[in-house]
Amino acid sequence: MSARPQTYFGRVWAELRTQQRAVWGLRIVVTLAVVALFADFIASDKPLYMQLEGLTYFPLFREYGVQLGWMRWQPELLNADFAALNRVADRALWPPIPYASTAVDLTGEVFAIPSAQHWLGTDALGRDVAAGMVHGTRVSLTIGLVVVAIQASIGILLGGVAGYYGGWVDVALSRIFELMLGIPTFFLIITVAAIFPPSIYVIMAILGLTGWVGIARFIRGEFLKVRSQDFVTAARSLGVSDARVMFRHILPNAVAPVLVSMAFGVASAILLESGLSFLGIGVPQHLVTWGSILAESRASTFAWWLAVFPGAAIFVTVTAYNLLGDGLRDALDPKLDVH
Amino acid sequence: MTAAPLIEVRGLKKYFPVRGGVFSRVGAWVKAVDDVSFDVGRREVFALVGESGCGKTTAGRTLLRLMEPTAGQVRFDGASVFDLGKRELRLLRRRMQLIFQDPYSSLNPRMTVGGIIGEPLRVHGLATSKELDARVGALLEQVGLAPEYRTRYPHEFSGGQRQRIGIARALALGPDFIVCDEAVSALDVSIQAQILNLLQDLQESLDLSYLFISHDLNVVQHLADRVGVMYLGRLVETARTEDLFREPLHPYTQALLSANPVPDPGLDLEPQVLPGEVPSPLAPPTGCHFHPRCRNATERCARETPPLREQPGDTLRQVACHLYDEEH
Repeated sequence: MSARPQTYFGRVWAELRTQQRAVWGLRIVVTLAVVALFADFIASDKPLYMQLEGLTYFPLFREYGVQLGWMRWQPELLNADFAALNRVADRALWPPIPYASTAVDLTGEVFAIPSAQHWLGTDALGRDVAAGMVHGTRVSLTIGLVVVAIQASIGILLGGVAGYYGGWVDVALSRIFELMLGIPTFFLIITVAAIFPPSIYVIMAILGLTGWVGIARFIRGEFLKVRSQDFVTAARSLGVSDARVMFRHILPNAVAPVLVSMAFGVASAILLESGLSFLGIGVPQHLVTWGSILAESRASTFAWWLAVFPGAAIFVTVTAYNLLGDGLRDALDPKLDVH
Repeated sequence: MTAAPLIEVRGLKKYFPVRGGVFSRVGAWVKAVDDVSFDVGRREVFALVGESGCGKTTAGRTLLRLMEPTAGQVRFDGASVFDLGKRELRLLRRRMQLIFQDPYSSLNPRMTVGGIIGEPLRVHGLATSKELDARVGALLEQVGLAPEYRTRYPHEFSGGQRQRIGIARALALGPDFIVCDEAVSALDVSIQAQILNLLQDLQESLDLSYLFISHDLNVVQHLADRVGVMYLGRLVETARTEDLFREPLHPYTQALLSANPVPDPGLDLEPQVLPGEVPSPLAPPTGCHFHPRCRNATERCARETPPLREQPGDTLRQVACHLYDEEH
């Protein structure tokens, strides 16, 4: 038949690939995901491999085993300072950034400006900014994805029910949506964060539980549109259950526009988390995030590297997700199909 | 017909509320189907004809209980369709099915053909996953498609092929009764003939009953045993197909038949042009809905709604017109 790819998402993908900006957005998003996934192997104060007094160790891997409770440290390595051991080791292979993001070092390298040793400098506690940035990627992405996953679950369920059943169910749920829109999320977060002990999970829960209205309204509209199509009537006349009609027949035909708001949702969650960390609310002290590094620059305005690098990272990440969302919206819109 | 009919529709009504104004009050009702009664016998093809908006599709959907009726009764093989609980209704769904007009919107674009046809079997637990492929293949062959089409998606098929897939889906549960809702109207004439022949073959070989909803009189004449004519939500005439086409009684039926193009260039018929437009279903005329356009209308027609009455000497011939009252 046609030379074009067969499935719907194949067509969307082909359309997306024609858009330079969206492709760049996607590349950055994928790069960040890789950095987040392998953060421990990019920045750590433990070597990947070390030969010491004729014995071979894999401290970075062993650390995972110890954390999982599957292994113990070799007695000679318990509480070892690998940076010191490095001087007596026969051989060692270190991650590119040989510092832990949380390792406080007050021995003289406080507020070090970027150099070959500390690529992006250090902060007031001597913590390596580059290591903090790498591990901060993980925090930002986790928050973005978990928050959007919560938002999408609630939004799809409530929006789907409202759109599918219509009538008074729709009226009642739509009023709830409007009520939720009226809640000033940011101040709610500040209030809740003041009540609960600082935790990244609390932040994720609040952002997830308050930000789903956009997705719900999107899904409701799509369900209203799709449910009047004949194949939905066909499924009902075959005795297919409501739940199956909703999730098997309507949802796959309604979910595409939601991908767009999900991409924007990740960007906005990352931005919100950074804002909260910057204000020093919500995220615990010991956890290094982009926002918390940025926050340090408030007190030490001379240390430009504390503002520039995390600021740029937030900017690039949010821009990348927005470009991707923009591109997806265009790719999903058949009216814009000029190719 | 000796045996009891398969479907008995009595006094079926479906009104749609028209909301407007402050607080979405119900301002008016559209009487899409207004007091319609008919039977469909076993192995019979009963056609509902009428122009668009006359309520024939709504009647079909409502009697399958895909919409909740406003009033009325439908008996399917003795069971009262509107009184069934959820579980009983689900069981009854195996016996009554629907074929759609638009072969494009009637198939889920995200499911394979095998998924579409196999779904009814799966959700009713009628086939194990091992049997499923073979059953789907057999259904595809029954409607004249290759079993290998199972793995393809609907957009890879033409309109006629897609209509065949829709028919296979309707046949999957082994129904007794199928509502064909303008099942060939969206197809090219050459494809129409193929699909009509398929429907006819299936009806004969599987002992099916059809409620054949159409605006195309030629198609109806070809396929139907009996015909019901609808106008603005009401049934105005029912008759055996050959009787209706030979001698239409209701003035609307007469006008409808005279407007039907006959593929015979030698024939020179003067079509009877009706004055005016179809009235708005929001504000239908009083009395007989047809009286403002009827050349035989009297003052009584504007006042009194004529009931659908059996004609003397023929129980299958019913007409709703005051003209035929005097002949009693």
